[in-house]
Amino acid sequence: MSNPLALLGRGATYLLLCLATFVSVFPFFWMAIGATNTSPDILKGKVTPGGALWTNMVNFFTSVDMPRILFNSFFIAGVGTALTLLVSSLAGYGFEIFRSRLRERVFAGLLLMLSIPFAALMVPLFIMMANLKMINTYQAIILPTIASIFIIFYFRQATKAFPHELRDAARIDGLKEWQIFFNVYMPVMRSTYAAATIIVFMTIWNNYLWPLIVLQTNDMKTLTLVVASLTSAYTPDWGVVMVGAIFATLPTLVIFFLLQRRFVEGMLGAVK
Amino acid sequence: MVAGADTTSIGARHGRARPRLGRSEQVSGWLFVMPALVLLGIFMIYPILWSLWMSFQVGRGMNLSFGGLTNIIRLTQDPVFIRALTNTLTFLAIQVPVMLVLALLFANALNNSRLWGRAVFRTAIFLPCVTSLVAYSVVFRSMFSQDGIINQMLMALNIIGSPIPWLADPFWAKVVIIIAITWRWTGYNMIFYLAAMQNIDRSIYEAARIDGVPAWARFWYITVAMLKPVILFTTVISTIGTLQLFDEPNLIPPIPGAPSDATLTLSVYIYNLSFKFMPSFGYAATVSYVIVILVGLLSLLQFLAARDRRA
Repeated sequence: MSNPLALLGRGATYLLLCLATFVSVFPFFWMAIGATNTSPDILKGKVTPGGALWTNMVNFFTSVDMPRILFNSFFIAGVGTALTLLVSSLAGYGFEIFRSRLRERVFAGLLLMLSIPFAALMVPLFIMMANLKMINTYQAIILPTIASIFIIFYFRQATKAFPHELRDAARIDGLKEWQIFFNVYMPVMRSTYAAATIIVFMTIWNNYLWPLIVLQTNDMKTLTLVVASLTSAYTPDWGVVMVGAIFATLPTLVIFFLLQRRFVEGMLGAVK
Repeated sequence: MVAGADTTSIGARHGRARPRLGRSEQVSGWLFVMPALVLLGIFMIYPILWSLWMSFQVGRGMNLSFGGLTNIIRLTQDPVFIRALTNTLTFLAIQVPVMLVLALLFANALNNSRLWGRAVFRTAIFLPCVTSLVAYSVVFRSMFSQDGIINQMLMALNIIGSPIPWLADPFWAKVVIIIAITWRWTGYNMIFYLAAMQNIDRSIYEAARIDGVPAWARFWYITVAMLKPVILFTTVISTIGTLQLFDEPNLIPPIPGAPSDATLTLSVYIYNLSFKFMPSFGYAATVSYVIVILVGLLSLLQFLAARDRRA
């Protein structure tokens, strides 16, 4: 192999990766710098830190009832995640441990449903929520997300690694099926739950379209909706928007850096 | 319960000998999956069927009546729908291949264990996946303003002579959307490829190298060939995602779908039909079934294509 050519190839690889890194990270840098600048400076592309951080923060926190908004976001994501994990892991466990021909067929049906686009559900779901008088409530946001086919699939795959002997031993000890699930399976599979928690929390936290349809008053809005509505003004205050974007990104960013491996595991999830 | 009789054969097929399920285990099996199935029935199966029924109904607001094929005829004569469909398919046809090729290239570069700074590169390229769609959309909108940072950088590098009217021009607005989605999802797909690449036996590469197979051929005939199932999977999920594109075209342009509907997607159009002005739910449901059919058709096509190539 000719050495200069290999060197050139390696140089090109590094160049490509450095460029990709710059492009990937720059918007984060831009968001952080933007939070310290005034709106006109942001639109003029100023890349140096400015002195408007405090003003932007104050404007952001006074433009909306921030404690309430944060509560909405954390409550919806927290309760939604807990229920999703419970219901979907029960199902994933059930499909894997108690195999029967009929349940295998149902499971195959679920996989087909994975490709149902939300756009085709939102109109009937909205009318359903309106009929149930649940528009503008937490339930309306949380209920449709609880049974996640993707998470059911994820737990079914993970359950294949759940040691058979543990379940047999628990049964000999006289534990009931639901006790085996809660007292043996859940503690043993905690890393699976951790990975799934990250992915579900992030999905609910970041959800935009469904909350946009269902949550209608300012006191019910989530952080995501507030950030989006800040830009719908005729002349948005971009400094304030950047502060909002940082707050909307922060929880998932923190989880990512604390639990990087689990995070990626959760993303890969069902495919392994 | 007839189903119980066959469990042994299914267990055996999965390579794990299992005692057949007794009656109480059959009951347990259904109890475990029931909460999820009930919820999916209420919030997925019922609405998707309802929306099929609704797609044949006409009227405004909640006053709907059966309209036969009226909505389907309206589709063919609705220039806004045609534009939303063309835009969505344009995004799909350009963005998905570009993103997947990039993801494959990055994964291949990062799969080299002797690469310096591998973990840093990997984390950096994956980082966009951490942002919420809303947050990154509004950040991108500020970056692509007329006098904004992107135009300034490109002008400083002498790539362009005068600022590009990114979000004011129909062509460039589409380009911004494509850049944005590619930025957000390339790292996500790369992670799938990297994981799959790490499962390929290194000795295959060694053998090929000893036989004098050049690097590009090793990449094409070993890496890409072995990754085919993952590539298929990412193609299908990216296709499904792009066909439903909503957040970006709704937030990156100053007005959703602007300029002059150049970034209007099917999902944004459905939203506008249902929740802006006087709702026409029936027609919105018809448009939504166009997405259902497209998703089904394209997924099927991709599966067939993958099967043909394997044979």
